[in-house]
Amino acid sequence: MATTPAGAADLRSIPALLERNVRAFGDAPAYREKEFGIWQGWSWAEAAREIDAFALGLLNLGVAEGDFVAVIGRNRPYLYWAMVAAQSVGAVPVPLYQDAVAEEMAYVMGHCGARFAVVADQEQVDKLIEVQERLHQLEHIIYIDPRGLRKYEHSRLHQFSHVQDQGRAAEEEFAPELERRRARLTYDDICVMLYTSGTTGKPKGVVLSNRNIIETAKASAEFDALTRQEEVLAYLPMAWVGDFIFSIGQAYWAGFCVNCPESPDTMMTDLREIGPTYYFAPPRIFETQLTTVMIRMEDAGKIKKRIFDAFMAHARRVGPAILDGKPVGGWDRFRYWLGNILVYGPLKNVLGLSRIRVGYTAGEAIGPEIFDFYRSLGINLKQLYGQTEASVFITQQPDGEVRSDTVGVPSPGVEVEVRENGEVYYRSPGVFVEYYKNPESTAETKDPDGWVATGDAGFFEPDTGHLRIIDRAKDVAKMADGSLFAPKYVENKLKFYPNILEAVVFGAGRDRCCAFVNIDLSAVGNWAERNNIAYASYQELAGHPRVLEMIQNHVEETNRSIAEDEMLSACQVHRFLVLHKELDADDGELTRTRKVRRKIIGEKFDDLVTALYDGSESVYTETEVTYEDGRKGKIKATLEIRDAEVVPVRAPRKEAAE
Amino acid sequence: MSADPVVSRDDLAETVHESTHEGGAHRDAGHVTADGRTIGGVVMEMKNITLRFGGVTAIRDISFDIREGEIRAIIGPNGAGKSSMLNVISGFYVPQEGEVWFRGEKRPWMRPYQVARQGIARTFQNIALFEGMSVLDNVMTGRLTQMRTGIFAQALWKGAAEREEVANRENAERIIDFLEIQHIRKTPVGRLPYGLKKRVELARALAAEPALLLLDEPMAGMNVEEKEDMSRFILDVNDEFGTTIALIEHDMGVVMDVSDRVVVMDYGKKIGDGTPDEVRNNQEVIDAYLGVAHD
Repeated sequence: MATTPAGAADLRSIPALLERNVRAFGDAPAYREKEFGIWQGWSWAEAAREIDAFALGLLNLGVAEGDFVAVIGRNRPYLYWAMVAAQSVGAVPVPLYQDAVAEEMAYVMGHCGARFAVVADQEQVDKLIEVQERLHQLEHIIYIDPRGLRKYEHSRLHQFSHVQDQGRAAEEEFAPELERRRARLTYDDICVMLYTSGTTGKPKGVVLSNRNIIETAKASAEFDALTRQEEVLAYLPMAWVGDFIFSIGQAYWAGFCVNCPESPDTMMTDLREIGPTYYFAPPRIFETQLTTVMIRMEDAGKIKKRIFDAFMAHARRVGPAILDGKPVGGWDRFRYWLGNILVYGPLKNVLGLSRIRVGYTAGEAIGPEIFDFYRSLGINLKQLYGQTEASVFITQQPDGEVRSDTVGVPSPGVEVEVRENGEVYYRSPGVFVEYYKNPESTAETKDPDGWVATGDAGFFEPDTGHLRIIDRAKDVAKMADGSLFAPKYVENKLKFYPNILEAVVFGAGRDRCCAFVNIDLSAVGNWAERNNIAYASYQELAGHPRVLEMIQNHVEETNRSIAEDEMLSACQVHRFLVLHKELDADDGELTRTRKVRRKIIGEKFDDLVTALYDGSESVYTETEVTYEDGRKGKIKATLEIRDAEVVPVRAPRKEAAE
Repeated sequence: MSADPVVSRDDLAETVHESTHEGGAHRDAGHVTADGRTIGGVVMEMKNITLRFGGVTAIRDISFDIREGEIRAIIGPNGAGKSSMLNVISGFYVPQEGEVWFRGEKRPWMRPYQVARQGIARTFQNIALFEGMSVLDNVMTGRLTQMRTGIFAQALWKGAAEREEVANRENAERIIDFLEIQHIRKTPVGRLPYGLKKRVELARALAAEPALLLLDEPMAGMNVEEKEDMSRFILDVNDEFGTTIALIEHDMGVVMDVSDRVVVMDYGKKIGDGTPDEVRNNQEVIDAYLGVAHD
């Protein structure tokens, strides 16, 4: 998006960008929302009027500069307007996760001392009323959907449209004040405050300035050449930094239209109707979509299935190369073109991805075959690596240099370095100002020079300059011979097999790696059904010789792929066993977000770990389990331990260097 | 449901008393309940209804009224004559004795579609939707009574017919939004689970913009969560559109939570009538539900 040089200097806040957009292309669509079965649209000029009316309404209610305004609800234009309106009057928007329980909201709102809350509906109002006694600063709640709220006491409760009406009525009185406040916004003022989910301890409020957001939006929009022709679907939580960057930062910088789905359940339909050109989704969504397609193809007629299989095989072979603009033979190109008409085009249309120009995934590791599936269809799916503290972008993959195992090169304006302990640090214009009211944590995370620790361990690939993240820094350790041990890297590779639900790899301080494997009951059960294998229980299936055989194949394949990696080749799994019970959060083995608690598992199954390392062929164990109703019981089992073939490794690096 | 039942219930009892004296044709000014809703005058009054099927007397000399804006429940054990009563209200059955007064006029014998035109819509215990049609189309059929253009105009789909269709679609979409069934808008009803079908049926009944909505066992066969959802929708419909609702239900808990006044039937007779609290403490009602030997 080209801006006039004179204008660029003034673009120091989101409201300033809004003003620029109204001036430059006021009639272009800014927001769409599907409601009552139809896409309702607002141009930039209309959106600006709505935002102004709400900003005046906020002044009328007495918002002061520096106040915090909580914003809670699913993605709706009104809530985005509320955030920009809050910024316009010098207040700070604080989007909250809408599915948070009242307790969590109470903490966050109490921590920032929000005086105002703009919420979606009765559900959110009820939550706030439940905890209002503890929120002394909270003065006014503004809701959008009046349904069910008619009978509520309205002295501190206001409907969004009424606030706007009052704002319009009081325009004469407050317009000059609004102008004054808007003009006072600087590059160093707070743009937004976002609370990180906080896997350990209480959530922390990440303060991001206008500089952080606008510089990041500008650099990333240029990186992917985003224009105001883009269409995005805003469906990820508004409290997540990514949504703020995509739906406000980049949207206002580049001037593209933000589309809001009708309801969370209609996301897929809305996606198809909009056909976004710029799209972000966590790996889970891509996985679900792929599974749906595959299941439907299994049910398709023979001829269709055969055409699909043949063309998909072809796409896998040449698709990524064509996408990257690498040389591909004429005949292959012709077949790909034909496949596009018969299979890929219609398929992309069903997925709602026909018009995708740039697609991103991030958050966790994505399976290579899932990644390749989308790329082979000609969808430019890329990976990025980011954090709330960085205003998202740390590294991202440029067009034509996309692989499933790296997270790309440093984003424009970002410096990245890997320190001696393997931890990744970065410094950029997007680096957060501070954790709100938490100087200790700020100092721990960010050093005086502005370098921020990511908490992840990784390394740069020497030939390509791409960053590879191997694990959380605190999990990375050394093995007995000094070679690098990155359990999650191996576990992720194992988990890419549909038959493996969870894996836990041991090896820190030991001479070799061993693993626990959890089978995926639905996938393995399905496989057993097709192969006429009878089983009575999870335990029996998990211990079945043919299941062990299958898992052994997976482990050996994984070993071969790990062996290719020079740095981590020592992490090959020498011995493994298939656990007799599913790892469960109720038993404390997983966190509530289903992350493996390595240490607790190691202690709890101490006998099994010992058996893995002492060479025994089987081990008898008793495990205490908690049933869903809270009762406790014991599972007894004799588990077989298998040796997996490993690829001989060259001597560990330490010795090789000598 | 109401925070302060004492005031409203007393009020209600008084006005009810008064209006029965005046014969239902009189419209009193109405009053406001503790939770802020307006309960108006009598919309429908049943006077000494007796319904017989051959030798069996399904309903025996029952009188009660339904007031504007209220949720009125008819409860009773199996075979008490609840569904028969609903069918009398909807005009499907014609009672041998007694009178039905609607909006201050005595209702003559009518065909069910004429009753529908009068502004009475209903749902069915066993769900009566068009299984092969989409949810949207099913809801649109609820608008049939509002259609004014003729069959030829609609076939050509020009001018008034087109405008009418657009207006009807908009109305249907508002109801779809209200009942939160956007995600199944285009799904054939036959593919839906039971709980959602019930909601679609409610949507179709609402599409007719009824003055009086009759619900025949809206929660039958539902699990607790679905019942809670449905209760919320019933209350919201009443609150948002001010629709007068008469419902039959045998789940006592739900009825006591959502309704303003309850009629209790047993063996075709009325054994109780009043606010949920009054009914709950009525000895005859307790006997009927706990099962006391009948003479």
